[in-house]
Amino acid sequence: MSAPSDAAVAAGAGAPPPVHHPGGRQAGPYPGHPAAAARFTADVARAHWHDESLWFVRVKRDRAAAQLPAWERLRELAEQIKAHALANLAGYLEEFERNATARGATVHWARDAADHNRIVHELLSARGVTRVVKSKSMLTEECGLNPYLEARGVEVVDTDLGERIVQFRGEPPSHIVLPAIHIKKEEIGALFHEKLGTAAGASDPKYLTEAARGHLREKFLAAQAGITGVNFAVADTGAVVVCTNEGNADMGTALPPLHIACMGLEKLVPRAEDLGVFLRLLARSATGQPVTTYSTHFLGPKPGGELHLVLVDNGRSALLARDPFRRALSCIRCGACMNTCPVFRRSGGYSYGTTVPGPIGSVLGPAQGPGAHATLPFASTLCGSCADVCPVRIDLHHQLLAWRRELVAGGHAPAGKTLALRVTAWIFASPWRFAAAGRLARAALRLLPRGLVARLSGAWGRQRELPAPPAESFRDLYRRTHGRP
Amino acid sequence: MAARDEILAALRRNAPAGPPHPALDGVAAAFPDLLAQFAQAVAAVGGTCLRVPDLAAADAALRALPIHAGARRVVSLVAGVGGATVDAAAVQDPHALADLDLSVLRADLAVAENGACWIEGPSLPHHALAVIPEHVAVVVDAAAVVPDLHAAYAALDLPGRPRWGLFLSGPSKTADIEQSLVIGAHGARSATVLLIG
Repeated sequence: MSAPSDAAVAAGAGAPPPVHHPGGRQAGPYPGHPAAAARFTADVARAHWHDESLWFVRVKRDRAAAQLPAWERLRELAEQIKAHALANLAGYLEEFERNATARGATVHWARDAADHNRIVHELLSARGVTRVVKSKSMLTEECGLNPYLEARGVEVVDTDLGERIVQFRGEPPSHIVLPAIHIKKEEIGALFHEKLGTAAGASDPKYLTEAARGHLREKFLAAQAGITGVNFAVADTGAVVVCTNEGNADMGTALPPLHIACMGLEKLVPRAEDLGVFLRLLARSATGQPVTTYSTHFLGPKPGGELHLVLVDNGRSALLARDPFRRALSCIRCGACMNTCPVFRRSGGYSYGTTVPGPIGSVLGPAQGPGAHATLPFASTLCGSCADVCPVRIDLHHQLLAWRRELVAGGHAPAGKTLALRVTAWIFASPWRFAAAGRLARAALRLLPRGLVARLSGAWGRQRELPAPPAESFRDLYRRTHGRP
Repeated sequence: MAARDEILAALRRNAPAGPPHPALDGVAAAFPDLLAQFAQAVAAVGGTCLRVPDLAAADAALRALPIHAGARRVVSLVAGVGGATVDAAAVQDPHALADLDLSVLRADLAVAENGACWIEGPSLPHHALAVIPEHVAVVVDAAAVVPDLHAAYAALDLPGRPRWGLFLSGPSKTADIEQSLVIGAHGARSATVLLIG
């Protein structure tokens, strides 16, 4: 995923020991979702607050979606445009490259994170750039660009307010749209007091935002280059579109002569008119706004400046071959599936251990090699709410179920879970065994002490009372009233 | 270009079957009063929409606002509106615009559904003028308001446009601290749309 050797260089280069912040990312190797989520939910009040914060965003999304009579038609079109684009991606990328080049941009191709980081660093070092401002880009997070550049003496300042907050804390974003959603304003106040000299104890969001505005204004004015992500790239135009509410992508690219925009291959849409569909869906799905404040279309370099576009594969072309998981490449990174997910809301973004968390991250994570991310497809109730709100109609809960099958078959599920599933399958395969198991369970619930029942019922019984057993099964009831079937 | 060829070959090898590009029908927004909807949308995104009969009235309306009263350094790209004190065409380096108080910009197109105004490069000497001032005012003709983004892109003909363009919808904002909406993150602290006619 990222370049391990370079990340290690950055971490080893006199880096201070990691500070643990409340609700923040834990140090050490990723332990899998259940253990990481348990750490987060140990602070019950914070987990509850996190849940409510995200639900508030979900409600705003619902209100915005309900205002458009054509909402479902837009989702349908978005799904079709993306499916069409992915089926013809090579041709559209060539068209995009031709048009962008004709407009004076330079297109670079990166096979993986290492290619991407090297290309960006070479562009910067060839121009003697040591001060960079960057607007939000999950791709550069995925590639580990910041530590790579920092290890080579380049200062990279994340300029989205939420990203600057987590950067100050030495953390990655915990949510792709709301990077600091897990942090309380009092904690941000204390952080800004330390980093920016704001008044001790001050936690008013307006005051803290104003302090960040002043601090980042200095960084914008001093920057020698601006790096941005890309929301959409348009084949027939050679344009890239970047959407922000703060205006940080515009500030970061309007001042310095060099603009580097980094994008995954899947950001491509065929035609400019497609943007109408996606821009109507994106902000409504993300935050409930009718559109982002700044939806900026870069159609070439500014006069006397340079525009470089870095197109990154990093596993995307391989994912394209995988049915059904290829549909995850349609994602436009709105975050709606996270805001609605009952597991994400209660377990927090860091419990996923991936750049992109939540339901979509639980599909993308295992695709990069199962490992610790093999737990992610199980971090779901399969309620389907994610698929219901997805603006490009990715069948997320079906994909999570498909991953479970694949991971269990491939031996990536924990031994206990695999054994439990085997035993359950064996019981369910025979009507006699099923009836006998039911009788046994009803008797056990009646006779065994509560503590032992809770222990036998695994994680489920840890915080729940099991139901009182019914006096008879449906089979017994039927036999009593209708005779033997 | 080994990487390029490898990537394209992999994409071709792995390409699934897909549907044709769909016709973008059945999505058009319709409003009984386009201009009233636009004004309401601008207000909903935190901006102010003032309807005025002509440019002279736009100038008077702008000068009556507190954002103008305190503005010393003003760029205006609309002749006769706002009283420019800085000639943006004479500015070589956009860093010189850092302490700009007010930009008066011209939008060629505006969108009723979301309050967005299309501002583009060729009519602006510097991209920074759209984002760096403390306050921004946008002058747009009532006849240039279209219902939704589909109509906007159809009218824009983006492939034929040079350099850059942006949809600006309201003032700069953030809610990154506990979901509390704060106006004035990095860009303009206020956005006033002067709708002519």
